[in-house]
Amino acid sequence: MKVMLIDDSKTMRNIQRSVLKQIGIDLVEEACDGQDALSKVGAFAPDLILVDWNMPNMDGLSFIKAFRKQDRTTPLIMVTTEAEKSRVIEAIKAGVNNYVVKPFTPDLLSQRINETMSKCAA
Amino acid sequence: MDASYITPFVKSIQNVFSMMLQLPVTVNEPQIKQGTTPSHDVSGIIGMSGDVVGTIILSFRRESAESIVALFCGEKLQCGTPDFADAVGELVNMVSGGAKALFTDTNDVSISCPSVVVGKDHGVALPSDVPCVVIPCVTDCGEFVIEVAIREAGAGVVNTEADANATA
Repeated sequence: MKVMLIDDSKTMRNIQRSVLKQIGIDLVEEACDGQDALSKVGAFAPDLILVDWNMPNMDGLSFIKAFRKQDRTTPLIMVTTEAEKSRVIEAIKAGVNNYVVKPFTPDLLSQRINETMSKCAA
Repeated sequence: MDASYITPFVKSIQNVFSMMLQLPVTVNEPQIKQGTTPSHDVSGIIGMSGDVVGTIILSFRRESAESIVALFCGEKLQCGTPDFADAVGELVNMVSGGAKALFTDTNDVSISCPSVVVGKDHGVALPSDVPCVVIPCVTDCGEFVIEVAIREAGAGVVNTEADANATA
């Protein structure tokens, strides 16, 4: 399985990468903002995308809206500090399949990844 | 400053450090900041806008910052490097994001991308019209503080130190 990590924080990408490694996922592409992700996502063709909300240049919500115009099926999980209900609803309307609030435990993130992949495969 | 803005930061710092670092945080009595003291070596700074406006600062002594970042990243990073700054920025980002989700009576608050200042004994000057509350924190990796200088957008500004002490 191929996963794209979109977060402006290298620290957070490293933490997410290590969680993915723990669940057997090694094929990972990283992007530091929405623009960077849009330029890489076509060639990488991920099976899953984890995307932060607050990033410079293009935020996560704008990325999701742009990405969903070209791809309606690849699972997207928002991983963000934005925890308010209104933000979660906004993200779901834009097309995310699941939502993880930072801070998170490795177990929680891997659980959400498995849950999302199972739902999207069904 | 409305005291109800302080409790969310206390809860958030404990939640972030417990969940991401497995590091318990003891929070001591919050105080009003006087001038630019206390000074620090590493500061992560983030802005709030929307229904609540102002600045949040997470400040450390160098040794504490190095120990905490090493625990967060799983490796020792040299103070002042981009990766070190990134880790400090992510900590203040998570603390601020977690706190704003706990604010009551506010509908829309956004946080900026974080900035990080590294320099021995620096102080961070803030606008004088918003009182700054310093929340001292103690961990097994050393001490640090969260400085919270925020107010409701459109609320009257505080002109005197007495006003600040009365409302904190």
